[in-house]
Amino acid sequence: MMLDTKHFGQIEIDENGILEFPEGIPGFENVKKFVLLGSSEGSSLFQWLQGVDNAEIALVLIEPKRLWPDYVVDVDDAEVEVLGINADSKVLVFSVVVVPDDIEKMTANLRAPILINTENKKGKQVIIEKNLYGIKHYIMEDLRKIEGG
Amino acid sequence: MLVLTRKKDQTIVIGDNIEVTILDIQGDQVRVGIKAPKSVSVHRKEIYEEIQEENRKAAQFKGTSLNDIFKK
Repeated sequence: MMLDTKHFGQIEIDENGILEFPEGIPGFENVKKFVLLGSSEGSSLFQWLQGVDNAEIALVLIEPKRLWPDYVVDVDDAEVEVLGINADSKVLVFSVVVVPDDIEKMTANLRAPILINTENKKGKQVIIEKNLYGIKHYIMEDLRKIEGG
Repeated sequence: MLVLTRKKDQTIVIGDNIEVTILDIQGDQVRVGIKAPKSVSVHRKEIYEEIQEENRKAAQFKGTSLNDIFKK
């Protein structure tokens, strides 16, 4: 199907790639359907979570494990029940990135990762109750380490 | 807003499946226990609002060439 996107104009997407967020995400509770963009080879550092029926809504994401291999998502079973995760599920973990005008002040929200069960295409932004990670975690320094920039 | 006075160990029932119990009171801090169905997310309001705010800010970004910032 054709999809209107915020950053890439109108593009063709595979309907099978549409993700369902039954609860939306905080701030966009009414947006229930998203697609991941920029991940065709899984190599690009930054990806986009694009609203399907809301072209103007697109969030920048990174995979926190690429920057912080020890990053752990520790949440109650109840918090992830909506995702229907079982032993065979492959779950993608993303952090939402805020890119201000001064790119050096880019931050990632490590406190509230977005989880996507690739099997049933269900997604949710969960909140880690333990205060282990920041909502505004500066990332440029760590990005440079892995990118050698 | 409905305002109720409760003592320690007393409970409020919301609908037929949410219970809020006052577990402990120490000065200006109150420990609250919440029993709710798994489909109901329960969070501190300030954390939820901060995450809403971060998501809204994240959606304001207009550029596209982020993946090029480290290319030489």
